[in-house]
Amino acid sequence: MLTSRKSPLRFAAVAAIAVATTFGASAQATDITGAGSSFVYPVVSKWSAAYAEKTGNHVNYQSIGSGGGIAQIKAGTVDFGASDMPLDEATLDKFGLGQFPDVIGGIVPAFNIEGIAPGKLVFDGPTLADIYLGKITKWNDPAIQKLNPGTKLPAASITVVHRSDGSGTTFNFSDYLSKVSPEWKTKVGEGTAVQWPVGVGGKGNEGVSAYVKQIKNSIGFVEYAYALQNHIGYAVMKNAAGKVVAPTIANFQAAADTADWKHSKNFNLVMTNAPGANAWPITATSWVIMYKKPKNAAHAKVAFDFFKWAYEHGQEQARSLDYVPLPPSLVKQIETYWNTQYKM
Amino acid sequence: MQVTSAEPLARDIDKRSRADARHDLIFHRLLKFCALLVLASLIGAALSTLWGGRAVLFGQGWHFLTNDAWNPVADDYGALAPIFGTLVTSLIAVVLAVPVSFGIALFLTEIAPTWMRGPVSAAIELLAGIPSIIYGMWGLFVFVPFMANIEPGLNDTLGQLPLVGKLFQGPPLGLGLLTAGIVLAVMILPFITSVMREVFLTVPTRLKESSYALGSTTWEVLWDIVLPYTRSAVIGGIILGLGRALGETMAVTFVLGNSYNITASLLMPGTSISSSIANEFNEAVGIHRSALIALGFLLFVVTFIVLLIARLLLRQLAKREGN
Repeated sequence: MLTSRKSPLRFAAVAAIAVATTFGASAQATDITGAGSSFVYPVVSKWSAAYAEKTGNHVNYQSIGSGGGIAQIKAGTVDFGASDMPLDEATLDKFGLGQFPDVIGGIVPAFNIEGIAPGKLVFDGPTLADIYLGKITKWNDPAIQKLNPGTKLPAASITVVHRSDGSGTTFNFSDYLSKVSPEWKTKVGEGTAVQWPVGVGGKGNEGVSAYVKQIKNSIGFVEYAYALQNHIGYAVMKNAAGKVVAPTIANFQAAADTADWKHSKNFNLVMTNAPGANAWPITATSWVIMYKKPKNAAHAKVAFDFFKWAYEHGQEQARSLDYVPLPPSLVKQIETYWNTQYKM
Repeated sequence: MQVTSAEPLARDIDKRSRADARHDLIFHRLLKFCALLVLASLIGAALSTLWGGRAVLFGQGWHFLTNDAWNPVADDYGALAPIFGTLVTSLIAVVLAVPVSFGIALFLTEIAPTWMRGPVSAAIELLAGIPSIIYGMWGLFVFVPFMANIEPGLNDTLGQLPLVGKLFQGPPLGLGLLTAGIVLAVMILPFITSVMREVFLTVPTRLKESSYALGSTTWEVLWDIVLPYTRSAVIGGIILGLGRALGETMAVTFVLGNSYNITASLLMPGTSISSSIANEFNEAVGIHRSALIALGFLLFVVTFIVLLIARLLLRQLAKREGN
């Protein structure tokens, strides 16, 4: 009763403050634009709304795909680009660009087998690669059975589900398989779209989740949030350290924490198969790409301020969307990178 | 008096006819402009896809058409699998939709009681107004599970036949060429049906009544009088449906399985030209993008060839009948 009586008042106060800050700041409000990766779109737009409320500066982010984001920043039509694939040294140098991670997400193998609950199936990298190569075709294959000694696996054929569209999820998944399976590396390789040896393709995370849900005895891979929200079975993985880990926010952060960022130049590192004891093996990030000498210094300043704010205060928004905030150690490295690499 | 008034009258008529001629000319040009605008935008679209796909079309030439690989990592692209999927799904759609449309149109024009014709026609026309994404969602969430349930049965029955058996053997995914073909059939049904219905109504009553008077059954009247009388328009309607099936994107993307495969089995997943473009265009750069635009150009070519074949068939038919 007490709270319900109080809440209109509190609401009015909050609204008044919000209005005051918005109006107060709007005198020198700056609108900046970014474009690229659809992977980060939900969290960037949520951050953007909260950030605008706080500072009056608007960040307009267009989810046009990583390739589009890179093209737009190269053309100089946006203040920052975002890509699920890091740019290599040569490209960054050629255009005078720098890049840094913004948020982490986990990718999980999803399955649909009657009688096996989420989290009750164990995979390791080579087995997953062999399934996606079409070498393991039955669920009761000795390789899978060996990883799941207590589980009764059906003698059914495995239906492989993959992405049909180009995506950062595919890039990280295929990168992981390349790291753990030499055969995958030579036959398929890694990229935002690859030539899948077997299986059916679903469009987007939602397409893959829908297929896995509908096709019995199927396996797919989706962003963690989709596996949770769609209540589909997700597997646990044996990581590079040989430990079986579950997809949790702590384990995603462990991957980001133990990935070898220190020795990577310009954060050019894909953190799949990270070495940490608790590291989830298929952990992904996306990179913000900006000019080291920005044409519009005022806009760049707002962009940096926005990401700094997001690292420090955007954790709640990220978690609510099942993204994982960067661990503090990585944020520190990014801030050093800003100070040394960017001239403003 | 008459002489004096005739002069201004003649001048008036002269002025009138000159104005009429001018108006006619403007109208004539306006119509011509409208027709040319369609032609120009078609040629413009074809040329711009040709230009966008030049890196692949001219860089790889025939290899692009005969290659069945689609490997974005190695930048090795071939259009064979998408072309195959496009043609097979459209063919299934037409094979299924034409007899049903024919039946509906005949029923509505010749057999149905008058009170029924309005509502049923309206329902069929409404079917044409459903956005294709809805067909896609319906296909994915309702029809795919249904197909997954009946496909084991198909394996055991049709799959055991000699010759055509191979077409119906495969894993019961629910997704695949057959499912996509059936969804497409439902989508093109209203187009073919409404064209057929319209043209069946144009058959002169005296022809039909004469035939009835000679003792024909309803079927004989339909088959020997109504259909021959409207044949070219009926085939036109089928071509309209076929054109729509060839280019359909969203619904197909949802149920086709999106896998670069060329298989004998209709139960296996495949891909089509338009669904490949819809799937991959967003994240494609460089050669990959060029390959997708080149696919777009090929869709023009494939559609053109299919329509051309249909026209030639029509002409052949007309010749044989001596018209």
